[in-house]
Amino acid sequence: MLELFITFAKIGCFTIGGGYAMIPLIEEQVVSRKKWVTQEELTDLIAVAQSCPGIFAVNLSIFIGYKLYRTRGALVCTLGTALPSFIIILLIALFFQRFREYAIVNSIFRGIRPAVVALIAAPVFRMARAAQITLSTMWIPAVCALSIWLLGVSPVYVILLAAIGGYTYGQLLK
Amino acid sequence: MLLIQLFIVFLIIGLFGFGGGYAMVSMIQGEVVTSNHWLTTGQFTDIVAISQMTPGPIGINTATYVGYSSMVQAGYPAWMGILGSFTATFAVVLPSFILMLIISKFLLQYKDHPVVESLFIGIRPAVVGLLIAASLLLMTRENFSSPGEDAWQFFISVFLFLFAFIGQRVYHINPIRLIALCAIAGAILL
Repeated sequence: MLELFITFAKIGCFTIGGGYAMIPLIEEQVVSRKKWVTQEELTDLIAVAQSCPGIFAVNLSIFIGYKLYRTRGALVCTLGTALPSFIIILLIALFFQRFREYAIVNSIFRGIRPAVVALIAAPVFRMARAAQITLSTMWIPAVCALSIWLLGVSPVYVILLAAIGGYTYGQLLK
Repeated sequence: MLLIQLFIVFLIIGLFGFGGGYAMVSMIQGEVVTSNHWLTTGQFTDIVAISQMTPGPIGINTATYVGYSSMVQAGYPAWMGILGSFTATFAVVLPSFILMLIISKFLLQYKDHPVVESLFIGIRPAVVGLLIAASLLLMTRENFSSPGEDAWQFFISVFLFLFAFIGQRVYHINPIRLIALCAIAGAILL
């Protein structure tokens, strides 16, 4: 349990720039190192967490916690994910209102941002392998990515449509 | 009083906040700035900027900060501000916590059911697309600068992007270490 809390607090501390930035960290810590969930489970989980309301990163951690220790685990993971940022923001609000005006802070974040984008892009190939994507199914992620990127379609609708597609495909096979 | 209002507003945001941190931020703005006037637009913009720059999910950061600032702005002392930030953060997490518990239970129970399996056969490739879209959407001038604007920053940004990408893909360097290294590089070079 303590291990669970520390792992998610660590992930929470290094997630900068939104929930997707958390995925490579979860992959490294939770899938590769601790083997709490499989790569395939993580892919499914991303879809579920994205389709649910609320904070993506918290939703991910709730499932992983629940899988290991049921409700108690979910509680511990949520706390672990939320607590570091809660404390950091409180400290900033209390003492460093002018945090953003320090030049060094801006420089550090200019260095971090490209790395965060790279870390979000890096798991794509591993995810594709876990999803068993072949040359004949490559159009699915391509169409999904383009419709979100260029047409601004909400990811929630994309997942919904994909689920309907999968269901229809399953029925046709019967 | 304000504490109860904060709780209700953030509970609603947590319940209807589909589509990730940024969608949530615009909902928070609507409630906190436009409807309730707890904060001005300028104050809110600063809060969002700091929430993006600090570690942790943007939704949690914004809720914590707005909870604190709204209380202090209304004339309450700092300790009441802390209570406000706790209330807002708790309220924003509560709905998805309950919902995700139910879904987790269902998923673990029925993951081998043929219908659930066929749903995920469609969903899995879509998630790959989601990740591609997420990285494309982040390749902006804001994150990388541009050759015309600041060639040096653009060049370093592209270099750090490639460094982190190859470091993770080929050499499997720990992501935390990669972020720390790029932070140091940023402090020295940018």
